[in-house]
Amino acid sequence: MAAFFAMGGYALFVWPCYVLALAVMAGLLVNSLLRARAAETELETVRQNRLDRPRRDKEVSA
Amino acid sequence: MHRFANPARFLRIANACFPWLAAVSGLSLAAGLWFALAASPADYQQGDTVRIMYIHVPSAWMGMFCYVALAVFGAMGLIWRHPLADLLGRATAPVGAAFTFLCLVTGSLWGRPMWGTWWVWDARLTSMLLLLFLYLGHMALSNAFDDRTRGDRAAAILALVGVVNVPVIKFSVDWWNTMHQPASVIKMGGPAIDRSMLVPLLLMALGFQTYYFVVLILRARAEIAGAKVESIRMAQVLGSGGEA
Repeated sequence: MAAFFAMGGYALFVWPCYVLALAVMAGLLVNSLLRARAAETELETVRQNRLDRPRRDKEVSA
Repeated sequence: MHRFANPARFLRIANACFPWLAAVSGLSLAAGLWFALAASPADYQQGDTVRIMYIHVPSAWMGMFCYVALAVFGAMGLIWRHPLADLLGRATAPVGAAFTFLCLVTGSLWGRPMWGTWWVWDARLTSMLLLLFLYLGHMALSNAFDDRTRGDRAAAILALVGVVNVPVIKFSVDWWNTMHQPASVIKMGGPAIDRSMLVPLLLMALGFQTYYFVVLILRARAEIAGAKVESIRMAQVLGSGGEA
């Protein structure tokens, strides 16, 4: 196990690569998930508001 | 609503594919990591630093793939004025930038023990750094105007002009003397790499590729919802009601 973490003496170069890749890719994934959720929630809210409020063009045509 | 008819169809297909893409990405990354870190041999010359390759090379491939995708979306946006193409371009640029950044940093971490230097200003490394700047320029330009469409136009032109850099990156190791080793997988005469290293490399590449699609779908969903919110608000301001 110690040999695994030592990476043949190159631990200081190998592990940062993997940790950084994990951090960047997980970070981007979480950011994208949150953006999608936030935008879709906002769309729901805006649509709901529009339905609640009577629309002028409908009144005119009615 | 017809403006979003195609994005709606895109969303339907994308949402159907999403769980499969996420599963393939997760599984191939897990298997790839196992092979890359534990079940593959150290290199006879480079020792365990060769394990950096399993991050570095797929990142480089994806950095270039995403840029070609960006240029294709840019062309589609400019030629057909297709709103979905602009959305996909906006969704692709940050992923490509992330992969290019990873490629550069892992390359530096690999170069220090193997070449004795973090960085050299040679053709391969410099053209890859240029790729990162092109991505950053694309992201900055597409958000530089109050009018989204103008930003999309400008960014699409940048993507198309910058695509000339992609073959320069690919062939830089053949055209100029460089510290960087030439291609060993995508080259004439087939891969010159042992199967014990090719398998983890391809697994990681598959994982990265499907990861791109997963993130692309998520970011496209955010862009599509955002565009709909904007068009509803615009319609309310103009007093016409309804979605454009």
